[in-house]
Amino acid sequence: MLSPTFLSKLRSLLPPHCVLNEREDLLPFESDGLAAYRNTPDVVVLPENEAQVAAIMRLCHQHKVAVVARGAGTGLAAGAIPGDGAVLLVLAKLNRIKAIDPLARTAVVEPGVRNLAISEAVAQHNLYYAPDPSSQIACSIGGNVAENSGGVHCLKYGLTVHNILKLRAWTIDGQLLEIGSDALDAPGYDLLALLTGSEGMLAVITEVTVKLLPRPERAQVVLAAFDDVAKAGAAVGNIIAAGVIPAGLEMMDRLAIQAAEAFVHAGYPLDCEALLLCEVDGVNEEVSADIYTVRQVLEASGAIEVRTAESEEQRLRFWAGRKAAFPAVGRLSPDYYCMDGTIPRAQLPHVLKRISEMSTEYGLAVANVFHAGDGNLHPLILFDANQPGELAKAEAFGGKILELCVEVGGTITGEHGVGLEKINQMCVQFATPELTRFHEVKAAFDPDKLLNPGKAVPELHRCAEWGAMHIHGGQLPHPELPRF
Amino acid sequence: MLDVYIERIRSAHEHNTPLIIEGCGSKAFYGNPDEGEVLSTRKFTGVIDYQPKELVLTARAGTSLAEIEALLAEQNQMLAFEPPHFGGPATLGGSIAAGLSGPRRPYAGAARDFVLGVRMIDGIGQPLRFGGQVIKNVAGYDVSRLMVGALGTLGLITEISLKVLPKPAAETTLQFELDEATAIGKMNQWAGQPLPLSATSWHAGLLTVRLSGAASAVQSAQAKLGGEAVKDAASFWQRLRDQTTPFFDTRSSTSRQSLWRLAVKPTAPPLTVSNRLGGDAQWIEWGGAVRWLVSDRPAATLREAARAAGGHATLFRGDTPADGVFTPLAPALLTLHRNLKQRFDPRGIFNHGRLVPEF
Repeated sequence: MLSPTFLSKLRSLLPPHCVLNEREDLLPFESDGLAAYRNTPDVVVLPENEAQVAAIMRLCHQHKVAVVARGAGTGLAAGAIPGDGAVLLVLAKLNRIKAIDPLARTAVVEPGVRNLAISEAVAQHNLYYAPDPSSQIACSIGGNVAENSGGVHCLKYGLTVHNILKLRAWTIDGQLLEIGSDALDAPGYDLLALLTGSEGMLAVITEVTVKLLPRPERAQVVLAAFDDVAKAGAAVGNIIAAGVIPAGLEMMDRLAIQAAEAFVHAGYPLDCEALLLCEVDGVNEEVSADIYTVRQVLEASGAIEVRTAESEEQRLRFWAGRKAAFPAVGRLSPDYYCMDGTIPRAQLPHVLKRISEMSTEYGLAVANVFHAGDGNLHPLILFDANQPGELAKAEAFGGKILELCVEVGGTITGEHGVGLEKINQMCVQFATPELTRFHEVKAAFDPDKLLNPGKAVPELHRCAEWGAMHIHGGQLPHPELPRF
Repeated sequence: MLDVYIERIRSAHEHNTPLIIEGCGSKAFYGNPDEGEVLSTRKFTGVIDYQPKELVLTARAGTSLAEIEALLAEQNQMLAFEPPHFGGPATLGGSIAAGLSGPRRPYAGAARDFVLGVRMIDGIGQPLRFGGQVIKNVAGYDVSRLMVGALGTLGLITEISLKVLPKPAAETTLQFELDEATAIGKMNQWAGQPLPLSATSWHAGLLTVRLSGAASAVQSAQAKLGGEAVKDAASFWQRLRDQTTPFFDTRSSTSRQSLWRLAVKPTAPPLTVSNRLGGDAQWIEWGGAVRWLVSDRPAATLREAARAAGGHATLFRGDTPADGVFTPLAPALLTLHRNLKQRFDPRGIFNHGRLVPEF
């Protein structure tokens, strides 16, 4: 609980409408995009300018009160859930686009600006901001930086870390950090990379300078159906080996295809085990050359059907099914749980087979949607939260999928972040020395552990306790840790 | 071999012995001067894994860039950040630790953009592994990228996983006679259009532009832009990348002028601080974002010029200024650098002062 003295000091820093602590006002902030995790915040602050953010940080630091930063609340890893006794710092009101420089191809924006709003604001200059997480209509750029968000186009255009130049951020003791520059690099350590994806654990961002790219002259998509997921997986590698870097390369399995088709009638073939969507973009002639290559490779890789979108309308229809895959799967089941592992692409057939075996074992269906180009797998586990024990079963199943991703040389999170959700699986991916270094990186910025405590990096005792319950192949993870 | 490194570092930690990490020494000139026993990665070589279809290559730190580039070329792939070799058998470890990139950088990305994971040994001799071999990975802090450009001050990089890319099917280089201001304008205007740019340079009244992509795309862009096609263009870009053209040779000069790298906002107007005695004093790269200057002006003057242009100035070759070769860090950033160094190398044994004079 926060002390009345602290709360009154907090109120003195902000206009009355920017501090919420009535229960009905707090409820909308009890979870982020992963609704299975909830905790009602003690207090929510919505600063309207950078000076207020700095003042809040200083006050919290002085009183040793935890601060949890939140953008639009679309995160999928429970990273913005406030712990008890923490201040939830909502940056949504810092939503101005401060400057657009079309010639230098940059925009300076506040953290609450929506991802898509940047591209909309610069469209008149024929520019756009490349990272496009599926929540781009709602998610904010501050959250994107905190999570190092990706999207459909990462293989070609990179993640958030590749598309930002400069940050203004505040440490917990209220010091301003100006990281990066208007040039392409800055002196010293690459703190821009370190802060990107740090999940609100190191500093709070109040300004982001993003890189803008010229809109591609043309984009075209090819759809290919396969009677075998292994063939589809191999086709992905073959396209890349042929020297094409697609702008987007997506794969869906049978259940995902059926669900998407029933929902949006994209015209997908239904008698197939896997569907690939391969989009190429760029200069007109480059697209023509790449489409030719892609079609040849798909046919040689055993596709049973290959279709090229002949119009913009058809291109959008091909994509509509993929983009609606999550809600489409949502119609099949009262609830679904979206996982986010990344694997080396060659492991795809093996991983899908194991997921299918686990699906039988847990008695829960899975639809697989896959950013095939960059190896980022989104299995959607179908369950019914109203059935006692099903959520726990879905979570356990999801955890097993993430451990499988690590086992084949991948990672537990490709773009959603660790948050609270995957904190146990961090113990699988990293050994004690690495986790210790992560804690030390944190301590270099925030020795009192006030920023987003309990997220992203597990305490070592947590790994010891959790590891004791998950003995794998007779080997106890983190054997050097004391257990009680 | 790894055990030898671990042992050596543990012993150095115990006895407070300063170490200088070195690959082949091709970038020994870069950074502040440091002193200590040489810890060479030169014998720790070999490509451990290369999966062309995954676009991922993993190699030990001492592997030469030349070996890696030859292996990639067999599969029609490349290191897209075009790391400089500086005329020596440059190693992968040194390239990543220095974090330097070549002419393709503004269009394809920097060294740090292609690093997927590292294995390293920190200052207490603890082997560590960060990142991995997949393109999308957001688990834990991005320590792999933190190592890029840290000049070995946080630890010895022993192994690196990189994203690689297909080689473009065709390349053409065009030249235009233009004054500096017009050339800077063109570089920026063209970068805002869907053109297959892959390198830009301006020097001595000539704007040089490389186009890369499908043959038809390169031809069409050439038709749009005009200009004169350059013969032997590969060698032009390689000499620029490795700084083997006479412009960059300030050592032979008797006037003791220095080579400065001013990283600036790409649209920054022409800078007026260069003053080479005889000959052209400036070479512009990276779409306007890097201005190489030969100058004997005081560091403070050049730093102020770079700051005003949105960036920073580094003394690349020449006599180290009193405040070090890199632009000094703001106090809040310096504190963080000190804290990070303390955590990774508590006794400051690695490359003392190379990046930040204090440590």
